[in-house]
Amino acid sequence: MAAAGKKQKRVLWIFSVPMALLALSCVYPVYFAINNALKDNRGYILDRFGLVQNPSLDNFFQAWTRSNLDTYFINSVITTVGAVLLLLIVSSLAGFALAVLRFPMRKLIFIVILASLMIPVQVVLVPFYQTIVGLGLLNTRIGLIISYTAFFLPFSVYLMTSFYAGLPRELVEAARIDGAKLLQVWWYVMVPMGKPALITLGILNTLYCWNDVLISLLVLQDQRTLMVGIAALRGEYTTNVPLLSAGIVLAAAPIVILYIIFQRQIVTGIAVGAVKG
Amino acid sequence: MSNAATAQPERKKRTKLELSGSKAERRFAFLFVLPAVLLVLVFRIVPLIWGFVLSLTNWRGLGEAEFIGLDNYRQMAADPNFHDSMVNTFVLLATLPVWIMLPMLLAILIHQGVPGGKLFRAVYFFPAVLSSVIVGSIFNVVLRFDGSFNELLGWFGINAVDWLGNSNTSLFSLIGVQLWATFGMSLLIFLAGLSTVSQEMLEAARLDGAKLWQTWVFIIIPSLRPIIEFVAVVTTIGVLTNMFGLIYVLTAGGPGTSSTLPEFLIWLEQGQLNRPGYAAAISMVLFAFMGGIAYLQIRIMSRNANL
Repeated sequence: MAAAGKKQKRVLWIFSVPMALLALSCVYPVYFAINNALKDNRGYILDRFGLVQNPSLDNFFQAWTRSNLDTYFINSVITTVGAVLLLLIVSSLAGFALAVLRFPMRKLIFIVILASLMIPVQVVLVPFYQTIVGLGLLNTRIGLIISYTAFFLPFSVYLMTSFYAGLPRELVEAARIDGAKLLQVWWYVMVPMGKPALITLGILNTLYCWNDVLISLLVLQDQRTLMVGIAALRGEYTTNVPLLSAGIVLAAAPIVILYIIFQRQIVTGIAVGAVKG
Repeated sequence: MSNAATAQPERKKRTKLELSGSKAERRFAFLFVLPAVLLVLVFRIVPLIWGFVLSLTNWRGLGEAEFIGLDNYRQMAADPNFHDSMVNTFVLLATLPVWIMLPMLLAILIHQGVPGGKLFRAVYFFPAVLSSVIVGSIFNVVLRFDGSFNELLGWFGINAVDWLGNSNTSLFSLIGVQLWATFGMSLLIFLAGLSTVSQEMLEAARLDGAKLWQTWVFIIIPSLRPIIEFVAVVTTIGVLTNMFGLIYVLTAGGPGTSSTLPEFLIWLEQGQLNRPGYAAAISMVLFAFMGGIAYLQIRIMSRNANL
């Protein structure tokens, strides 16, 4: 922190007031969602903004069972976990090859993977959808897992490659000279060594997959992930804010818990990963 | 990553092996990058080329596609929906200075030790981890005519506005919510950049009795220039391609087309209106935007590398 003079200190105190108000607005969603989720619809209509009077968990049960959030939740868990695992395997294998091994067209391949950052899903929406249909992946969870992997992959490959490129040269040379057993080298040397980068990528990709709506809307049309389910819930129950709020709490809870536990990794990872596509 | 670095003089005999690797190494290396390359090729690069071909047809999802040359692009020029989405894009891009300066000023204040700075940093970032669906659903209620935002304005004697239902305010509501949800991310990038600002210079300026704003204008902001350019590029890409979820939940592009952006229009034309050929043509326009920004990014990066 830069040392500030007495006069500067006073100016900073004045700035801290609007900054504190902005901070309040950033935690307001937590108050909004939990407070409203605990109200019944009548209680909400009588007092929309105040603290809940007779808290009840009914909305959570209703959202979970009657509004199908339980099924959507399972869809989200399966696709997110599947995609994150696939992303970690594919990107650490590619990073190992690109940073450590020697082969022709190495740089070209790296550049092509990175350049695909410039092709977000909206730019290829129609042909991407046709590809999914053509491969028989429409409305399958595996289709969504593969799609997430394809669209979140470039940044993961970039991070793994630069991480492995920064490892001590001797270790990497030893790994190369061992020769044919390269798959074992990957599993017993590169994966454990890459742990810090893999953890960061695991958390960031969990965030991206869990929060996605557009790709899931295209690929998993008649099954719905949690975020698509919440969007639909909002459309169906525009007047039942407590039920919607309960859905919001259930859908956001895993991410908020992740944020609280891994705040440090998320913060550094996002700063590095702001370029993802 | 550099081959030259590993090919030192005393190891010249191994240079060839260094560059191309043994046969087994090459074979395994190709196998290891294959999944990544296949995924990127099949789902992104081939679709990009295929999408350009589709944009030259009148294909409607089923049956034969007829080659119609540039008709889709001509149609775009006369399409009021496309026209409106472009105008909205330029309005959005015109707000970019706010997207850059707000997080920059907040980051500088936190860096200079504003009381509560550490707490602010953690809290400001919180909305950025929430899904746009969650943020959109909450603000859909908050910004209603009888929502808590109007209630808050009422305390200050400001009349209620139907933020999302009025075509004069819907786009700005959308922009405001997205800015609120993502400024914490840019703030983190600025904070990382601020740690490189010379502490000696700031200290010297303080001893000379410099005012706070003087240290900002003459020391901090000039040394942040590369970070400002980086945030500008990242934010531009973000506002062009990351707002679908929020539009989908908050305004659905409306009322009318007042908050429709190209990425939402592409989705509408593709699925809802079933005109994939036309949607592919709009995608190409969006890609041209992305290409322009990529060009700028490469220029900025190579210039910074020359310094």
